[in-house]
Amino acid sequence: MYPAPFEYHRARSVDEAISLLSQYGSDAKLIAGGHSLLPMMKLRLATPAHLIDIRTIDGLQYIEDKGDYIAIGAGTSHAAIEKSDLLKQKMPLLPQAAAVIGDPQVRNMGTIGGSLAHADPAADYPAAVLAAGAQLVAVGEDGERVIPAEEFFVELFQTDLDEREILTEIRVPVISGNTRGAYLKFPHPASRFAIVGCAALVTLENNVCSDVRVAFTGVASTAFRDSGVEDALRGQPLNESTIQKAAEQAAESDELEIMEDNFASEDYRRHLAKVYAKRTLMQIASAF
Amino acid sequence: MEIPIKLTVNGEVVERRVEPRLLLVNFLRDVLGLTGTHVGCDTSSCGACTILMDGKAVKSCTLLAVQADGAELVTVEGLAKNGELHPIQEGFWQEHGLQCGFCTPGMIMAAYQLLEENPNPSEEEIRHALEGNYCRCTGYHNIVKSVQYAAKKLNR
Ligand SMILES: Cc1cc2nc3c(=O)[nH]c(=O)nc-3n(C[C@H](O)[C@H](O)[C@H](O)COP(=O)(O)OP(=O)(O)OC[C@H]3O[C@@H](n4cnc5c(N)ncnc54)[C@H](O)[C@@H]3O)c2cc1C
Ligand code: FES
Ligand code: FES
Repeated sequence: MYPAPFEYHRARSVDEAISLLSQYGSDAKLIAGGHSLLPMMKLRLATPAHLIDIRTIDGLQYIEDKGDYIAIGAGTSHAAIEKSDLLKQKMPLLPQAAAVIGDPQVRNMGTIGGSLAHADPAADYPAAVLAAGAQLVAVGEDGERVIPAEEFFVELFQTDLDEREILTEIRVPVISGNTRGAYLKFPHPASRFAIVGCAALVTLENNVCSDVRVAFTGVASTAFRDSGVEDALRGQPLNESTIQKAAEQAAESDELEIMEDNFASEDYRRHLAKVYAKRTLMQIASAF
Repeated sequence: MEIPIKLTVNGEVVERRVEPRLLLVNFLRDVLGLTGTHVGCDTSSCGACTILMDGKAVKSCTLLAVQADGAELVTVEGLAKNGELHPIQEGFWQEHGLQCGFCTPGMIMAAYQLLEENPNPSEEEIRHALEGNYCRCTGYHNIVKSVQYAAKKLNR
């Protein structure tokens, strides 16, 4: 299968990519790892007239300790995040999510920036960046802006990014010594995308949960934080019975529109959300 | 418009002009005649098209040839040296790691990256590392044994 014809441009810098985006507007698409875009182009679901390669930009692939946060270049591969000792130590949610994306070949090519910009409702990183409280850096003609993860995912395959903007960096806060995190998913048996994925961070102070952040992917048209679970656990000790009670609140918000497809009905997805909330929080409890 | 690319394939420098939409796997098979790399699903799932790009296993049906500009590629044809099979190839032979053989080149290239990173993998680690490769003959058991054979031989 061949994509429809297009003109190919190699960007050597972020500025060059932005000026190409400005020049070609909605006829252009960025390509990073290509592991979401190329399959769509082969099926002609995407037919950009201009493809702007940003894998050729030096300096979009890094993981750096900035003190209270870790800066991850948008072009960093899933494999590099999976294997990063710095992240494993200071924000383990991201390597845990990266490690269960697709398969080794996909993780070698796919990038965190591409995954977030693509905003697949079943992708793994969105839940992880929401639970982590990440900030996303976008650069456009008018300069740079920092978008909190919570404002980034707008709709199915839609983000807050303008079509002339590039995501350049993901900033994840460093966790403190009394915080633990986990990401677990129920993978689709063939595609390995998440039917339901749950990312959570819990901070314990004097043996009660002082901070709880729980986010889901795969359940609705975008990843979301679940305040039902969070509120039920905050202020409580962390044990099987408090976790069970909190997990029962998962995916119960009235505003939530739960997805339904061939693989999982609405009821089954809601059920899985509760099961995975419990498993994820139990794993966190056992890590303290 | 055709684009010039220059890359290394199995140790040899290759320069060509290619249409941007040419997939890397078709570049290898149809332009260079290296038909060891197979096309199975053509949808990034089966791993039959796996090659090494700068030392990393990638699915060449989901890459454009232009994206490989400047890269070093190794295909299954690049493994045997002086007429001697690479230990991974030998393992597939000795342990009956193939039936129809269609998935074999991709399996071998994925196993190659695994053994580079982890010379002594457990059975579970081998199965995990080959998650991106399907065998329609379902000969997974002997594929694992083939990789174990290769690990042993490489460590000797
Ligand atoms: C077989 C297979 C299995 C997979 N399984 C999973 C899975 O289990 N979980 C999962 O989460 N994902 C999975 N994926 C998707 C994979 O993680 C992709 O790599 C990822 O979604 C996209 O990253 P990319 O770098 O390849 O982006 P590309 O495909 O290059 O780009 C995707 C989109 O993002 C835009 N874009 C890319 N980079 C930027 C940027 N810096 N700024 C702005 N826009 C940008 C592009 O224009 C395009 O619209 C799978 C993919 C395959 C092929
Ligand atoms: S042919 Fe490339 S993954 Fe199947
Ligand atoms: S040996 Fe036939 S597909 Fe694997």
